[in-house]
This record gives sequence, structure tokens and C-alpha cells, in this order.
Amino acid sequence: MTPLLTTKGLSRHFGGLRAVDNVDFSIEPGEIRAVIGPNGAGKTTFVSLVCGRYAPSAGTIVFDGEDITDMPAHLRVRRGIAYTFQITSVFANLSAYENVALPVQRTLTDGRSRGAVRQGAMEALERVGLAARAHEQAGALAYGHQRLLEVAMGLALKPRLLILDEPTQGLSDGEIDSFIALVREIARDATVLLIEHNMQVVMELARRITVFNAGKILAEGSPAEIRANTAVQEAYLGTAQEASA
Amino acid sequence: MIGGEATAKVYALHVAVIALLVALNFVLPEYHHGVLARVLVLAVFAMGYNLLFGYVGLLSLGHAMFFAAGLYGAGLPLYHLGWGVPAAFAGGVSAGLVMSLVIGLLALRTSGVAFMIVTMMFAQVFYLTTLYFGEWTRGDEGLVLQQQARRITLGTATLDLTNPTTRYLLAVALFAAALFATLAIVRSRHGRVLVAIRENEERTRMLGYDTFANKLTAVVISGVICAAAGAAYALLFGYVGSTFASVQYSILPLLWALLGGAATTLGPLIGTLFMYYVIDITSGYTSAYMLVVGAVLILLVLYFRKGVLGTLRERWLRWLP
Repeated sequence: MTPLLTTKGLSRHFGGLRAVDNVDFSIEPGEIRAVIGPNGAGKTTFVSLVCGRYAPSAGTIVFDGEDITDMPAHLRVRRGIAYTFQITSVFANLSAYENVALPVQRTLTDGRSRGAVRQGAMEALERVGLAARAHEQAGALAYGHQRLLEVAMGLALKPRLLILDEPTQGLSDGEIDSFIALVREIARDATVLLIEHNMQVVMELARRITVFNAGKILAEGSPAEIRANTAVQEAYLGTAQEASA
Repeated sequence: MIGGEATAKVYALHVAVIALLVALNFVLPEYHHGVLARVLVLAVFAMGYNLLFGYVGLLSLGHAMFFAAGLYGAGLPLYHLGWGVPAAFAGGVSAGLVMSLVIGLLALRTSGVAFMIVTMMFAQVFYLTTLYFGEWTRGDEGLVLQQQARRITLGTATLDLTNPTTRYLLAVALFAAALFATLAIVRSRHGRVLVAIRENEERTRMLGYDTFANKLTAVVISGVICAAAGAAYALLFGYVGSTFASVQYSILPLLWALLGGAATTLGPLIGTLFMYYVIDITSGYTSAYMLVVGAVLILLVLYFRKGVLGTLRERWLRWLP
């Protein structure tokens, strides 16, 4: 199968810091891929390069056979790469409805979906269970609900590749369980790239795991392989407990 | 977002405001009739400003240049080249269009404080240019457009722009056009994107929107509305002077919009009207009228932080656009 996304020699330097260093990566269509690694390993920088928030210092990015290395972020979104922010970034002063109406309207303008804004927006809210709160102000929603709204905005973009950056951060156990079910459902028609610290979530969802350390890919494989990998264990133990969960 | 009932209410309110303005033509005493015509044209300027400032969140300190582009774009060809009124108006609007497009392309490379400074600098350049070419503009002293030039002839009928009633009704017509254009824009899909840019530009970009193109469109629409106000001002009141290009006229629309309520469609009218009359009334009693104006502004900031209509909307009238 041809990969949906490939990067070759992808690098991003901030001054002397090699945040992402010569990364060759690929993901198959329909996959749920987890990206893990200690804090500062370059995970968020890596996906930011993929979605176009940062320009790479070197290397190429190919999405669905097309070189998108120099493409502006908004055009990548229109081609189906959706990014949900690590730090919740909803439109706090607008209603939950308006938050999802924006991405729905985008896909309608691009001809990637049909129908009315209202219908699409309500569908996206229903998928994450927020339909009843459509008219509440996004900034006034509980934190867990804001995370779900963020996911709904990503979903409403009809992504082919959905990048979730630490989506379960700050969620309760109950919320995490329903979140796992939600990602499984999303993965039926989209490829999911998941940056996650919660190992329970990673092990339940991912078919393959990519481990970053110091800007490079340290290991890649099935959950069982990664668990048995001594280099991975060292990388985590070497940088304290925050990755233990 | 807004249901059918609220939509009906919104349109009813806006139509009622226009109807009220038309009705006032027949009842207002002569002095206030003249003042209101002037306020309406200036309110159009404030509405153009508010579209960019209130809805997109771009604070420009150079909008005098767009108003003055309309003023000179209409006034100069009428005065020097003998253009008719419709052609002169079109000239003013075109001048604003070209100017806002060029300024937008340059100034939108910056944001925040830098955007304020860059727009202010461009406006100063334009102001100094009007002084430099004093041979044609007569600088601060300005040009007075002759009464016989301010006429529209259609077949045998003549529309005299110096006639108070004609002038007032044309001002209302321009105001209505700008009001409904603003209303249509802010309720459109484009308007939703503009508000999203104000709230969180990076997020909007990551939802697939070309934020630069959207902001540029907004600058141009805003510039064109302001230029239309400037052109109308020249043609209706017959005076074209560089005071209107000075920094004072970049700050005034900001104050008018803030007073009436930024990001409200009717706020600019209320703000302009209010400020005009505060100055008008207090200057009748004391030469220190700016002191009173200052005190009023402080009170408004303290108790009506979001402007008159902004506060009303926040507390009671959630449906106001």
C-alpha cells in the first residue's frame, strides 16, 4: 500500500537546537499511529512541520503522492490534514456551534462536503456528544468538553489525516474511555496520528508506535515490540517519571 | 447561530432606523437637520472603520487616508477637471479602492502595534502629500466646490446637492447602503471568518482559511466604505481640505466606534451622533469643552466598557448584530 504521508530527512532547527533531526517517517492509510517520547523529544514540532505551522529547515514532506513541503498550512488543511492543538485552542468567546461551523463551512466551500452549515455542525457536535451544548460559549465549557470540541473541529474538517496532539491531557478516566471509543470510530474513515503520554490510551489504540527522543526516531514497531525495546525503556527512565503512566 | 425569528427582528430594527431617519427629514429644525446630514456621512466613515476594527480586530490608526482618498478623489477632478458629480463620486471610491489594496498588501505584513504604527505612518505620508501639492489642493485652506458644480442633471431634472433636503436624503441613502452592506457582510460566511480571525488567527488558519486574503478583503471593503464617505462629504458639503487627512481624523472613527459599540452594526451611528452633540452642546457653554468631552469619555469607559450598544447587547439584547 502507498503511504498516506511520508517525510524524508525532515529537520527543524531552532538556533543550535535540533528539535527535529533528519526524520524519515511514513504512515499508511487507515492506521492509528501513536507518537510517544519524553517531553522535548520533538513530537509537537514534528507534527507542526507536517501540518505547516512551521517551515522545515531541511527535508521533504509528501502527502498522498504530492510534495507539500512548501505548501502554506491553510492549503494543507484543505487537502485533508487536520491538526488539533496541544493547548486547547477553541474560540473561547464564540458558541460551541460557531466553533464547528467554521470548519464545516470550509469543507462546503471546498466542495468536500455538501448540505447546510447547520446540519454539518450539529453532526460534528453529536459525534463528540456536545450537541446539547451547541449554544454555550466555548470558553465556559468544562475543560474536558473543550478538548472534545477541539476534536469536533478537527472532525468537521473531514480530515484524511487527523493529528491529535495530547488529546487526553486533563481528562478524567471516564472521559478517557469514551475518548478511546471516539478515536476508534474516527479511524474508520480517517488516518489518525496521535501524540499521547497516557500509555493506556496508546496501547489500546495504536497498531504501531513511533518513539521520538532528542529530535530523532528512536524506535518504531507494534506495542509489544516497543514495550520490549530496551532503548525505549532507557530513554524514558533517563528523563524521569512523567512518562511512567 | 441566529434563528429565523431573530433574523426578522434584526432586519425590522435596521429598516426602522432608516425609516426614522427619513421621517426626521420632515420634522427636524434647520440646524439639527444640517448636523444630522453631516453626522450620517461621518457615521459611514465610522462604520467602515468598525468593520475592520470591531469585526476583524485590526486596529488601524490611519483611516483618515481612506476618507481623504475619497474626499480628494472626488473633489480634485470635480474642481480641476470639471467632472460631474457621479463621475467624481466614482473617482473617490476608486481612489479608496486602489489605496486600501496597496496599503493592505503592505501593512498586513505586520500585526498588532506594528500594524497601528505602519498605518499611521502611511496616513501621515498621505497627509503631507496633500500639503506638498498645495498648488492643487490648497492644503489646510482647502478647496470650496462651487455650488453650480454640485448638481446632477438627468434629462430635464436637476438634483441640487446644496439643497438641504436633497443633501439630507442622499446622506440617508448612503448611510442605508453602508448599513445594509455591513449587516450582510457580518452575517455572511465571510463575516464568520473575520470574527474568527479576531478571536484566534492561528486557529482560523489551521481550519484551512487563508487569513491574509481574508484580512486584505476586509481592509479593502473598509477602505472603500470610508472613501465613499469621504467622496460624499466633498460633494454634499462642498469642502475639500487636508484637515480630513490629519491624524485627528484617524482617531475619531476609533472613538466613534468605541463609544457606540465596536462590532455592532448600529454602534458607529450612535457613537458619532453622541460625540458630535457632546462637543456641540458643551462648546456653547465653555471654551474648555474638550475637558467635558474627556470626562464623558472616562465615564463611558468606566460604565459602558463595550460602548453603548455593546453593553446593551451584553446585558439584554443578545440578538443584536
